[in-house]
Amino acid sequence: MSTPTSLRAGAKIELADLTLGYDRHPAVHHLSATIEPGSLVAIVGPNGAGKSTLLKGIAGALRPLNGSVSIRSGAMAVAPHRAIAYLPQLAALDRSFPICVFDLVASGLWRRTGLFGGLSPADYASVEQALASVGLTGFERRTIDALSGGQLQRALFARLLLQDADVILLDEPLTAIDTRTAADLMDMVTRWHAEKRTVIAVLHDMALVREIFPQTLMLARELVAFGKTDDVLTQDNHLAARRMIEAFDEHAPICAHDEKVA
Amino acid sequence: MTLYDALIGPFVEFEFMRRALVGSLALALGAGPVGVFLMLRRMSLFGDAMAHAILPGAALGYLVAGLSLTAMTIGGLIAGFAVVILAGLVTRNTVLKEDASLAAFYLISLALGVTIVSLKGSNVDLLHVLFGSVLALDNAALILLATMASVTLFVLALIYRPLVMECVDPSFLQSVSRAGGPVHLAFLALVVMTLVGGFNALGTLLSVGIMMLPAVAARFWAVELTGLICAATLIGLLSSVTGLIVSYHLGLPSGPAIILAAGLGCVISLAFGPRGGLVLRLLPRRHLEA
Repeated sequence: MSTPTSLRAGAKIELADLTLGYDRHPAVHHLSATIEPGSLVAIVGPNGAGKSTLLKGIAGALRPLNGSVSIRSGAMAVAPHRAIAYLPQLAALDRSFPICVFDLVASGLWRRTGLFGGLSPADYASVEQALASVGLTGFERRTIDALSGGQLQRALFARLLLQDADVILLDEPLTAIDTRTAADLMDMVTRWHAEKRTVIAVLHDMALVREIFPQTLMLARELVAFGKTDDVLTQDNHLAARRMIEAFDEHAPICAHDEKVA
Repeated sequence: MTLYDALIGPFVEFEFMRRALVGSLALALGAGPVGVFLMLRRMSLFGDAMAHAILPGAALGYLVAGLSLTAMTIGGLIAGFAVVILAGLVTRNTVLKEDASLAAFYLISLALGVTIVSLKGSNVDLLHVLFGSVLALDNAALILLATMASVTLFVLALIYRPLVMECVDPSFLQSVSRAGGPVHLAFLALVVMTLVGGFNALGTLLSVGIMMLPAVAARFWAVELTGLICAATLIGLLSSVTGLIVSYHLGLPSGPAIILAAGLGCVISLAFGPRGGLVLRLLPRRHLEA
């Protein structure tokens, strides 16, 4: 369980000429960027820009078509499933499955319990504490189909809290969430940032990005800009991003970029 | 007729009834939890497909060794696993979705099975494979059923946590562990095993019934997973006893009687179950304060 005072080395994420995609069509194209340990980065861009795909790639859920993702803690390379806590878009979860809130949140302790380990009394306490910190005390034995969208997202944040990861990836965590819940969840994000964790979030709310995120990566299949939020969120960059998004071309030729480089 | 004569007498008097009881209880014990997971993964019809897929293996075993339990069991397991693995590979590597590739492979398998059976056996043999003979269980069959139930429960306990996570939130499981794929395969193997174990007693087709009907009925009695599994197992066990007793007194075929009993349990649950049963839904009940 994380305590607010615990500082950590954080993890550095290096994207080297990364191309991710489906069926050979790139959704993220030749992206190179270095995300320093302890950064708080917003990923923005129009629909279809490859934002979710990029998170999947960093989380190790999608094999790169080209290039690489490496996660380093100090000088050591770390496997994604050891360092990363990843919150996909809500749709990925089967909400009709009869599991109770406590069990769902407790699965955040996976790295400690593994496939077979039990929960110690201290683990029970930390699950309770995580539930309390998202305001879900009293919901332990409810099944997840009885939760509202906002409550479920709170529960998933409690699980992230328990995962105690160096890198936290959030894919549109505030979609269909009311303002109060959104504010609570963003408080947690700033706390993670204060604890020197690396946090990367896909967001659409530019005001929120300006308010909370020091760095922004604008993506439109290719990298538009990456740097200080105020330098990235400019009129010119928004226009450039909108121009770069086109539908997949079924008859696109093989990408010539590699030959140019060689 | 006293209560003793009605409920206990048949089992005391006849050994074949006792064997049938032990066999069907063992089957219900393993099949209940497996059925619950199938239902929750929206794979309720998967069991049916697999029951058909097992046929050519069992038929080949029969062709090679006659009505030998071992040969038919091994054949059934091989055919079942082959279809599961082939369908899984095709799903992962082509545009076909899981249901479509499974449908393709089980239909091929079924046609092969019927061909093999009609090459040598008679229709009576085919009926035996399809509908089983719960009243003719020998020692080997009983040991097989008990072993399979034990293995099923043990493996299910072992893979319970990743299996639940694979159902609720597969992308989370993928982000913390690589167990997802193997666990899914292990679970499908359990389904095949339960069906193969079941076909000696109830036949390939009806053994799906003892897996799915109690699970469906349980949905109306329990909300949480633990409750569902307990309720399904209990309903399965009750149906086995009831089915055997009724079939004894009314002279009905026992296998179908067991499944009919489970079906009746399902209908009763649907009507009177406390969790979303029809009667409760129709009763005018006023809403709560919070």
